[in-house]
Amino acid sequence: MSLQNLHNPDTPSSATGPNATGNGPWLSARGLFCERDERVLFSDLNFDFSPGDIVRIAGPNGAGKSSLMRILLGLSAGFEGELFWHGEPMAQQVYDFRSQLLYLGHQVGVKGNLSPEENLAWFSPSASQQDIYGALKKVGLAGYEDLLTHGLSAGQQRRVALARLFLEDKPLWILDEPFTAIDKEGVSELEQVVINHAQAGGLVILTTHHDLRVPVKTLMLGGQESEMPLC
Amino acid sequence: MWTRLKRLYHKMGSPKWFYEITTRWSKWFMAVGSILMLTGVVWGLAFAPADYLQGNSFRIIYIHVPASLLSQSAYIIMAVAGLVGLVWKMKMSFVVGKVIAPIGASLAILSLLTGAIWGKPTWGTWWVWDARLTSMLILLFLYFGVIAIYNAIENDEMANKAAAVLSIVGSINIPVIKYSVEWWNTLHQPATITLTKKPTMAPEMFIPLMLTILGFYCWFAVWVFARTRNEILFKERKTNWVKKLLLSEHKKTTGAQL
Amino acid sequence: MLMALLKRDLLLAFRSRGDLLNPLMFFMMVASLFPLAVSPDPQLLGLIAAGVIWVGALLATLLSLDLMFKSDYEDGSLEQMLLMPQPAMLMVLVKVLVHWLVAGLPLAFIAPLLGLMLGLPNGGFMPLVLSLLLATPILSLLGAIGAGLTVGLRKGGMLMPLLILPLYIPVLIFASSSVQAGVQGNDYLGHMAFLGAYLALTLVVAPVAAAAALRISLAR
Repeated sequence: MSLQNLHNPDTPSSATGPNATGNGPWLSARGLFCERDERVLFSDLNFDFSPGDIVRIAGPNGAGKSSLMRILLGLSAGFEGELFWHGEPMAQQVYDFRSQLLYLGHQVGVKGNLSPEENLAWFSPSASQQDIYGALKKVGLAGYEDLLTHGLSAGQQRRVALARLFLEDKPLWILDEPFTAIDKEGVSELEQVVINHAQAGGLVILTTHHDLRVPVKTLMLGGQESEMPLC
Repeated sequence: MWTRLKRLYHKMGSPKWFYEITTRWSKWFMAVGSILMLTGVVWGLAFAPADYLQGNSFRIIYIHVPASLLSQSAYIIMAVAGLVGLVWKMKMSFVVGKVIAPIGASLAILSLLTGAIWGKPTWGTWWVWDARLTSMLILLFLYFGVIAIYNAIENDEMANKAAAVLSIVGSINIPVIKYSVEWWNTLHQPATITLTKKPTMAPEMFIPLMLTILGFYCWFAVWVFARTRNEILFKERKTNWVKKLLLSEHKKTTGAQL
Repeated sequence: MLMALLKRDLLLAFRSRGDLLNPLMFFMMVASLFPLAVSPDPQLLGLIAAGVIWVGALLATLLSLDLMFKSDYEDGSLEQMLLMPQPAMLMVLVKVLVHWLVAGLPLAFIAPLLGLMLGLPNGGFMPLVLSLLLATPILSLLGAIGAGLTVGLRKGGMLMPLLILPLYIPVLIFASSSVQAGVQGNDYLGHMAFLGAYLALTLVVAPVAAAAALRISLAR
């Protein structure tokens, strides 16, 4: 089973696409500081992520990758510093930010007692059955649409979540270890999906242990000062 | 004016400032509190006239009433501290709130014990389900909930916030609970002698009561300061000012230098 | 998205409808313990029936509160819900609604049966059902706060009742005394008015508090 890439880079983004008012960075931070258990994870962290970027948050275990991700998502308030979305303070734009966000986390986020089709229908209530079936086909789960998800393998369950990438039209993707439990073929096709999304003007932020053959900007955590070396 | 308020706000959030200022205040509060308590207790126990109905047993109110009032106020203070910590993210506020929980619970237990001691000669049993005692018991349960949260959550920040939410919800419910219990009580018992429900209290009885109430508040402040100072010393143990402080204290007490 | 959540949760509840029977069975069992522990004398039972049924309802609700958030927390759905653009307190309201439909409302239907078993005098049945209908939403709302605070904790099971029971006491007092009033032939509309007012207060406070609690629990 493999991920089939049908994400056409020439397809224009829909109405939830990037802010038309300019080409400035979408997600920015100034002076981010975070400590956990009296250990400073990062301090004075600054970055600007713009449409078309693929950003990889990297660093050894415990360096603060998931903490940073949760801060970006707005799930954690345990930080100091400022976050900006489309140039404005994040706190005033939470609704806007979340409307344009697709997050695939470490946990699959899929209910075992629902079928893949029902799961996706919850994430995209306005999607037609055709759209859902199409997305499931793209992740190689054609024919599995109406089985209960807890009967699928771990890799298949994760692919139900990945189908959201094809179903929801969100410009910002934040992906935590998206390649988990995916076979080699699937990995390279998911990489292509990510590249295409960025080329179409989306922004992708991810963490992964895999060696990516994708042009990324790396945000390295775990050093004395957090810098953003260009790749 | 705003800059002065802002400066005060920042100062209040600083553990070091809190520690230094409470060093002075504690001594003051302790002195005033002790004078008030001594005067109030001696006056109340020895010199106030005996109650026409209850004789001498009513004198327990000089401890019981302050303990009750204070345990209720303490819960509100704890909830407010939680609110300030949540909204303005002031860490010192969370520390004060955390410290008050066991103090308030102890005061509630004191109130219940003195209430029982008062109840024995008055009603003949050690415990009676009257409105005040029952409300105080439920307040103790509310305290238990907050203490249980601190015990159950290892992460300090999360425990502080969770306890803050719970104490705020609890304080909103306290008037509801009090009203319900009083109403329930009227259903099942004819109006009995309740504390301070006497038509008026003679000034010779009332003034020592005020003294002990104020004295309790002063001692409460000392107690809160002392526990907060302990928390501060522990949390800030890696900072320079704490190290210097401990070294100089050591020098003072033992004459030796480390 | 909220309608979708409602449909999804109702569907999930239906799929595991066996589990929903557990609180109901517990309710029946607890109520039956009292004749065994005290006395089967119908006179005595009739006196305590209202209180016994109501305490049983409280305990059964506490047991069922796990349903609200636990499963979603464990598979990552709760995280996704907190990332919905809609305010979290609306999400909580949907969850509370489902919980009430699934765990609270059935108590109101079983209660008359328990009333029969415990010899509840005739005047008590109407206020029993009414008070349960009016008060079980309050129990679900307040329960959401406790469930939200403890959803991520390993030892959360024992902690949650400690947190919520003091808050349930006003409900218990007014609900069971309304039944007593009915038994004695007195008017119980005042009791219902109190319950209604408490429901209004809780509707305002609980979703906000529960949403805050969920964010705290998921900030890990």
